[in-house]
Amino acid sequence: MRRPPLYGLMAEFDNVETLMDAAHRTRAAGYRQIDAFTPFPVEGLSQAIGFHKTRLPLIVLIGGLVGCGGGFFLQWWPNVVGYPLDIGGKPHNSWPAFIPITFELTILCAALSTVFGMLALNGLPTPYHPVFNVERFALASRDRFFLCIKAKDRKFDRIRTGEFLSNLHARGVFEVES
Amino acid sequence: MNPRDPIAEERTTLVIEEGLPVLAAGHTYKSVTDKISAIVLAKKRGRGWWIGLAIALTGFMVLNYSIAYLLAVGVGIWGINIPVGWGFAITNFVWWIGIGHAGTLISAFLLLMRQKWRTSINRFAEAMTIFAVSCAGVFPLLHMGRPWLFYWMLPYPDTMGTWPQFRSPLVWDVFAVSTYATVSVLFWFVGLIPDLATLRDRAKNLFARKIYGFLSMGWRGSAMHWSRHETATLLLAGLATPLVVSVHTVVSLDFTAAIVPGWHSTIFPPYFVAGAIYSGFAMVLTLAIPLRKFYKLDDFITLRHLDNMGKILLATGLIVAYSYMMETFMAFYSGNPYDRSMMMNRMFGPYATVYWALIVCNLFAVQTLWWPKMRRSALGLFIVSLIVQTGMWLERFVIIVTSLSRDFLPSSWGMFYPTKWDWMTFLGTIGLFFTLFYLFIRYLPMISIFELRELVHKEEESKA
Repeated sequence: MRRPPLYGLMAEFDNVETLMDAAHRTRAAGYRQIDAFTPFPVEGLSQAIGFHKTRLPLIVLIGGLVGCGGGFFLQWWPNVVGYPLDIGGKPHNSWPAFIPITFELTILCAALSTVFGMLALNGLPTPYHPVFNVERFALASRDRFFLCIKAKDRKFDRIRTGEFLSNLHARGVFEVES
Repeated sequence: MNPRDPIAEERTTLVIEEGLPVLAAGHTYKSVTDKISAIVLAKKRGRGWWIGLAIALTGFMVLNYSIAYLLAVGVGIWGINIPVGWGFAITNFVWWIGIGHAGTLISAFLLLMRQKWRTSINRFAEAMTIFAVSCAGVFPLLHMGRPWLFYWMLPYPDTMGTWPQFRSPLVWDVFAVSTYATVSVLFWFVGLIPDLATLRDRAKNLFARKIYGFLSMGWRGSAMHWSRHETATLLLAGLATPLVVSVHTVVSLDFTAAIVPGWHSTIFPPYFVAGAIYSGFAMVLTLAIPLRKFYKLDDFITLRHLDNMGKILLATGLIVAYSYMMETFMAFYSGNPYDRSMMMNRMFGPYATVYWALIVCNLFAVQTLWWPKMRRSALGLFIVSLIVQTGMWLERFVIIVTSLSRDFLPSSWGMFYPTKWDWMTFLGTIGLFFTLFYLFIRYLPMISIFELRELVHKEEESKA
């Protein structure tokens, strides 16, 4: 019987400190295709595994600008072009009255791009992911911390990487089937 | 260290003031996770939950009944008339939407201010916001008379060739409230994703695991996920804080843009926003105090939370008191005879009882919170919170009804008396609110689990 192909190797840790230490040492050992899993956001962990900046704020800025421009146009066009009404000679483009809706639509579009941008960049929804094949991974949402070195890493070797991980004060090392 | 160093002295006083803990000692990641998820994943509900849900559902059915009758017969079943066209419907709308605002302020504004104590109250306060906005939304829709034509308020190129009046605050309100509802749901859901993943991993029942798994969308707590999640939460908080102020400002502009005496006033936007926070924090207390008692959550919702919320209630109560004083002062100082007679009419006219009840409820009960002992007494705070909510409802009633019933010409004055349908619709939305709330505490974690774990970590770090 063929063994199923490997997604990577995963090590389990007891606390934030050992995980952080392990992440730094894994990076220092030359591994690049790594990911860490924690039950809550840990400051500095994403930098430790080599993730620096997210493009999310840019997406939100663009969403906000689209909402702002679109919101103003939505009011300007009907009042000036589509259905202009002369009420006591008041200006058609009475822009101060258009500000509240422009503001609300700016917030709406920025918020929608924040949420959908965050989900898209995180690749959610993900219907299937190999890390869930490790039974103990269910504890990643409770009180355990995991570090995974993926098989596609150039330095990855089933035996040597496994030994490397066990030397990082891991509670256990597991094979992640893909 | 120099003993007379003023900064160090300030720090020591702060430490003493912060004597009450945000989280009871001895909790671990495991214990907070298990305790909160157990409430959701327990096989059986307590009898109290069933009784509460049954009462709330009865209220909800009353709402459905009154809506069905309203749709069949029309808004004539309410007490509204000319001149009092707004009556209960708009009173209830403003009351409910104001209640919602505290949830957003707790989740957004206190997050930006890095207040640790928001952690264990933000989730159910946000849920409160969403449910309160749902209740609020019912009223303008029904008040339109022909709710099935609600889409006429939206700008779309229709065959009639007309557009909404974009210069009208009532149209601004459509955009403000719908944006507010959408952003509140998004904010709530983003915070829920990691907790839904926890429930997915903890659930024994296959069906529950599937549902929570579907909703958590494959969240796996990767460091990159968390990093983007945190950025998104901060950005949403930054967007929601000005939004919440704008929503109640727009609601107040519905009044001030009219020339009716008692409405046409520049003090309204800040006055309404303060009133909204006041009633909203009162509602948070009304919900938090029974929750912490019946679900034994005093480890998480500590006396510190009650004390802090009591302080906010007192502060916003004082702003509201100042607004009342200024409103009264300006009515006489302006020299405008209509404003003066409006104020005399409020104080001594046919609705004087309601006016004085509102003053007693809003201005006096909250003064007891100057005493720290009162702020740390669950029962005392609960009673004050109920009084404040009653007072704030009466305030909206007074603003709407007394102003409309006597405007300029005595020949066009008229009284408003609520009918039983007015009361049934109002009490019905309270039923709707609590039905949603009971379902929420049954099926979703009422306290943010991942943020509590983070809090445990931070407390450990600060001790180390």
